[in-house]
Amino acid sequence: MSSSSVVSLIKVKQNPKRKKNTKNALPSPIQNFPRKFHLFYQSPTLKNLPNAKFHQITLNNQTPKSLSLHKSQMSGPSLMDSLFQRTLEDLIKGLRQQLIGEQAFISKALEEIRKEIKSTDLSTKSTALLKLCYLSNLHFHDMSFAAFHALEVLSSPRFSHKKIAYHAISLSFHDSTPVLLLITNHLRKDLTSTNEFEVSLSLQCLSRIANVDLARDLTPEVFTLLSSNKLYVRKRAVAVVLRVFEKYPDSVRVCFKRLVENLENYDPQILSAVVGVFSELACKDPRSYLPLAPEFYKILVDSKSNWISIKVLKIFAKLAPLEPRLANRVVEPICDLMRKTGAKSLLFECVRTVVTSFSEYESAVRLAVEKIREFLVDEDPNLKYLGLHALSIVASKHLWVVSENKEVLIKSLSDPDPNIKIESLRLVMAMVSEHNVAEISKVLVNYALKSDPLFCNEILGSILSTCSRNVYEIIVDFDWYVSLLGEMSRIPHCQMGEEIENQFIDIGLRVKDVRPELVRVARDLLIDPALLGNSFLHRVLSAAAWVSGEYVEFSRNPLEFMEALLQPRTSLLPPSIMAIYIQSAFKVLVFCLHTCFVRGGSTAGVSASASYESFDDLSVENGADSTVAHGQTCTSAPITNESIVNLLKLVELALSPLLGSHDVEVQERARNLLGFVDLIKLEALNSSGQEENDSERKGVEATKIIRLVHDAFSKELGPVSLTAQGKVPVPDGLTLNENLGDLETICGDIELPSSNTFSFGYPSEEKDVSSFSNLQIKEDSGQLNESTSLLAEHRKRHGLYYLPSGKSEVISNDYPPANDPALQGDNNDNASDLVKLTAESLVPKRKPNHSKPRPVVVKLDEVDEKPVAVKQLESRDDSLSGAVRDILFGSEDILPTSSRSNLPNSNRKGKKKQHMITQVESKENVVDDGNSSSRRRKDHSHGKERRHRKKNAEERNETDRKEKESSSNHPRRHKSRQRAEEPLKVPPQTSVIPDFLL
Amino acid sequence: MIHFVLLISRQGKVRLTKWYSAYSQKERTKVIRELSGLILTRGPKLCNFVEWRGLRVVYKRYASLYFCMCIDEDDNELEILEIIHHYVEVLDRYFGSVCELDLIYNFHKAYFILDELLIAGELQEPSKRTVARLVAAQDSLVETAKEQTSSITNIIAQAANTASL
Repeated sequence: MSSSSVVSLIKVKQNPKRKKNTKNALPSPIQNFPRKFHLFYQSPTLKNLPNAKFHQITLNNQTPKSLSLHKSQMSGPSLMDSLFQRTLEDLIKGLRQQLIGEQAFISKALEEIRKEIKSTDLSTKSTALLKLCYLSNLHFHDMSFAAFHALEVLSSPRFSHKKIAYHAISLSFHDSTPVLLLITNHLRKDLTSTNEFEVSLSLQCLSRIANVDLARDLTPEVFTLLSSNKLYVRKRAVAVVLRVFEKYPDSVRVCFKRLVENLENYDPQILSAVVGVFSELACKDPRSYLPLAPEFYKILVDSKSNWISIKVLKIFAKLAPLEPRLANRVVEPICDLMRKTGAKSLLFECVRTVVTSFSEYESAVRLAVEKIREFLVDEDPNLKYLGLHALSIVASKHLWVVSENKEVLIKSLSDPDPNIKIESLRLVMAMVSEHNVAEISKVLVNYALKSDPLFCNEILGSILSTCSRNVYEIIVDFDWYVSLLGEMSRIPHCQMGEEIENQFIDIGLRVKDVRPELVRVARDLLIDPALLGNSFLHRVLSAAAWVSGEYVEFSRNPLEFMEALLQPRTSLLPPSIMAIYIQSAFKVLVFCLHTCFVRGGSTAGVSASASYESFDDLSVENGADSTVAHGQTCTSAPITNESIVNLLKLVELALSPLLGSHDVEVQERARNLLGFVDLIKLEALNSSGQEENDSERKGVEATKIIRLVHDAFSKELGPVSLTAQGKVPVPDGLTLNENLGDLETICGDIELPSSNTFSFGYPSEEKDVSSFSNLQIKEDSGQLNESTSLLAEHRKRHGLYYLPSGKSEVISNDYPPANDPALQGDNNDNASDLVKLTAESLVPKRKPNHSKPRPVVVKLDEVDEKPVAVKQLESRDDSLSGAVRDILFGSEDILPTSSRSNLPNSNRKGKKKQHMITQVESKENVVDDGNSSSRRRKDHSHGKERRHRKKNAEERNETDRKEKESSSNHPRRHKSRQRAEEPLKVPPQTSVIPDFLL
Repeated sequence: MIHFVLLISRQGKVRLTKWYSAYSQKERTKVIRELSGLILTRGPKLCNFVEWRGLRVVYKRYASLYFCMCIDEDDNELEILEIIHHYVEVLDRYFGSVCELDLIYNFHKAYFILDELLIAGELQEPSKRTVARLVAAQDSLVETAKEQTSSITNIIAQAANTASL
């Protein structure tokens, strides 16, 4: 009865004019029905009714029957829900119409979904799940509550439901989803299904959600699929195997041989998938895949598909640096490919491969550079960008290429595309050397003046970082550099105040010869009242103020400084910088008083040169005498009593309002200065016109004070090393580690902040450290060296608190005070400067442009270098590549090495035979696969092998090392340090593999 | 490998997201916010690559939709551009001159097609015709299943069943 009324209802409501949706053939009228409906549903008058759609029906019909239907519906929801359920399309339409606002609509829809998803009817459930996917995917609503329901839908026999369920699962599941354990059997069932699409769905899902357990449990199924007859399934299995390896490295032992077999498949799609997998694997640890080089070579030569060629090139880019003979062999085909191909993507890959890994092959590099130039002048911004990118790779080894393309680079600095601009800026900076730094900086500063704020600061930042690299390595003329800094800070868009501030102070501390110029630049900055209004410059000004106070003895006119430091517009400064201004004013004042009273009327110039004494000695010592003349030029207006009186008045006038400042620092310093002025004032006023003896008595006191304060201020400040703290010897009674012993257990739970928060201001290092979260793959649980790695990790993160290893212990007893310049000079400058001096004297024409030698830059040895972060081994990769190596090298060891070396010509055959053997072996594996005992047995045998080989390896180690030393002209960039610990991994195979190629 | 695929409209509405690496829901929102800020502001005739968090995002605009794929630093950008174009062509073939509305209303289909194309962040099927064939085959599987459920007799039978209960 009720069912017939439903049908009639539908007929009433159906709109006959409605155009049927042909694309999305949903044949029954039911699907159309609710579409019409949601208009009512959303109308505001009905919004508050609990079950609006049914009410609407009753309004239309006004029959008691439908009312009863309504009631019966409330008790048994499944049918009505499925009938009147909103489809995905309805949901989307409703969202787009937005009659009640997006958020409200979504929360309503979610409410419905929560109800529907509990339905026992799988169609209803799956539709609800699909809707939920939509909301989760595009509107980012949490769908974790539906995890179990998704599994329920997954168990449906219908393909359409399965598809939706898999979609939902791969969208929402992650490693900590609680129902993840329950999915294993579903996946297994579908992986062994006869329907290839079901297999594909579950493979797809596995690739996304695999964790250690899933990967381990499903390895046998994936292994079977690797040799499936259906190409469609097989290539998918190949692609997924990569994820399985990542999660569960032991699966390599099972699957790897079959994967390798697929390399010899002739179907391009399978080949593409396999090569793709290997290119990913080789990225992580290329050395393990060297034995497969012959196969890859064949593919490279034979391949007709660009997709495959690109991947193979990626593999060779990784392998070639490890084995020069392989590189010899491969470089020609790559060049051929480069000449022949019309596809830009392949061409670019060739170019990149050559410039990254074949940079010793002159002809290949020339060809690549030719192609790069074509890219650079191309209209297409993409090619231009990639050309610049390739150029930046070449730059590290062949700088001539960059300077050859200088014009293009400079031109692209004004490209409309910010990415291209930045890339070319990087390249221009790569060209910088001590000969052209002035020239290039000039060009760049001009560009900075013209360009938009963002790029302007990019330019300034890169100039600053390049010039300050390695303690101002490339700067010879510091006077020029300091004035450049001044110039840069005046550029309107400049926001690099902080960096400029640091460099001003740093240079002031480190380079004595530049101080007069520094003071001059500081004066220019301080004296300009317009600069005070620019908040970006405040940091620079604070540095300038500090310089003016600290090195006031080099100033031509200290009085001018006083006026600049106390000018009214300083009220615009933030209090912290205000305080620096006041303190500097204090220093300048003391200096003025000192010259006036203590030196008894002598001119400032004399005092300045007097204070030079010590420093002149030093510069003479270094063989530079031109600085003396330089130092004495800064004489100027003599300081008279009159001017001092004016000065004191000025100070009182400027600072008395600050006594009421809200900032403690400002108030304190202002009060200090005023107190000092009060002390001095009496004497200064007296001496101007009162009795001699009275003033003399007081004058003595005042002079004492002045001398005292002046002495305090004239103490030289030296640079302090970053690790100075670490060098302080630990007192005998103190055991720092005592109570920290169980720190690890406490901190184990707490997630430590990622290491890049501990940067030391070296942006390049930051880049290395900032790894992406997706790369941080969980470590294998059964790690032996867990505790040591924890320690290493800790050291890496908190390197600051560790004593520098090795050296520090030796010098810790007699570490010089941080600011003792003489000793620092002893420590390093003597040695390094001697070397430099001899080098200069030997090659006198090397720097013809510079009239004066480079001034001394105070360095602290081993301290100014980057704090070296302890590299941590990636345990996961290790276990993965270890497994791969076991398979590849282990199987090769089956053949007696002697036979191989005896028969160099039949090597191809030998290889083939070997494959046969491995095939047989792998078949054995299939038979009793799945139970872990076989695997263990296998491991065991490997273990034996290993033990046996250890001896050999040790014997060979010696010769290997010698060989390496002799062939050191081939750069082995690979971090072989990791491997050195494990004797197995010192691969004697390197001498064997390439034989296939020769 | 490809880390994720995004389709963003010019107004910043997300039309499709597919993640091949693990990102939590929170990260996903953040990524999309960052990237749409980065990409949508770029004018026309600029290069199609953006550096982002040490990775590279390749994007291309088709009508009002931006197709974005995020790849590793040393992947081939031009290859990815080709994959994007490939995907668009397949979509075009499937929907018959595809437009944004097609993707809005058939968002799951767009996913299924993408799944045929890419697996585990790698290109799987470089042939347009094969993709079309595979998608069609699966569609027919779905359709037959649907017809079974939604045929009217089926519903009546089901209804009668419930009524009798």
